[in-house]
Amino acid sequence: MTAAMQELSALDRAIINRLQDGIPVCEAPYAELAAELGTDETTLLQRLQALKAAGYLSRIGPMYNVERMGGAFTLAALRVPEARFDEVAAIVNAFPEVAHNYRRDHAFNMWFVIAVADAADIARVLSRIKAATGLEVYNFPKQEEFYLRLKFDV
Amino acid sequence: MSEALAATVSPDDAALERRLIELTQQGLPLVPHPYHQLADRLDVTAGEVMEAFRRMQASGVVRRIAAVPNHYRLGFRGNGMSVWDIPDGLVREAGREIGALDFVSHCYIRPRALPDWPYNLFAMVHGRNHDAVYDQVARIADMLGERVQHYDVLFSTEVLKKTGYRSAATKTQRRGDAEE
Repeated sequence: MTAAMQELSALDRAIINRLQDGIPVCEAPYAELAAELGTDETTLLQRLQALKAAGYLSRIGPMYNVERMGGAFTLAALRVPEARFDEVAAIVNAFPEVAHNYRRDHAFNMWFVIAVADAADIARVLSRIKAATGLEVYNFPKQEEFYLRLKFDV
Repeated sequence: MSEALAATVSPDDAALERRLIELTQQGLPLVPHPYHQLADRLDVTAGEVMEAFRRMQASGVVRRIAAVPNHYRLGFRGNGMSVWDIPDGLVREAGREIGALDFVSHCYIRPRALPDWPYNLFAMVHGRNHDAVYDQVARIADMLGERVQHYDVLFSTEVLKKTGYRSAATKTQRRGDAEE
């Protein structure tokens, strides 16, 4: 149990655990969930607002698979000389197609996700990043996904 | 068909789905009847909205409707990208086995970039701290046994950018939902 979790009430923890499993598609989904959790709809909605505001829940709602909607992602990496790191990060981050960018403690020290509406745009963005940074861009597109439902029991 | 009638024709399924995706960028409304509220906004029936969500779940456009915890905020401060070099003929079974573990959130086969990058299987491992992640990675290594030629773990040390994905369907900004 972490310090963060000690701040959560038993009900909050039950809510986080239960709602990771799904919110039903029905007339009154929160009332249905509240009944399962032994509370009432008003309390559940209040707690969800609070948990979201406090950052314990990053999202409550549908999780969309962009690729099924015709979009495309790839994961790409750079080996950036340490002296150029901030400069290169600024160049990469300026691309609107770069959704996430992380520094990682490795020779391959910059990892970013490119998200585009049209799969054909991936190659174009990769070559523009290569031209703008002067660095080799390593492209690691997803070939197969083993989609898991990581569940954080709190 | 008169204009008045045309306006009451319900939009086709795809158009309704696109509008629902747009309306739920920030999530499902936290109100007693969320699907009714969406229906009111789009001038359709709640039944049509619920049907559209069931359809999107069946087609895979919606992976699920759920709450997504912020694992970092909940104290899972160690998030390592473990990378594995597995013979091509064995990588799918290895991916499936890793997929059965409860501390891995995502597992992907990706191409190698030889000679610089020999790894073809990526698994995101979550733990309370780096040591916990190393323990989990050791468990994966034990499980995979001789199928592993090399492996490594890359910890993220800084978020350089996190603006979320541009929704391909709507061309509008969408909050990232930890799908990658």
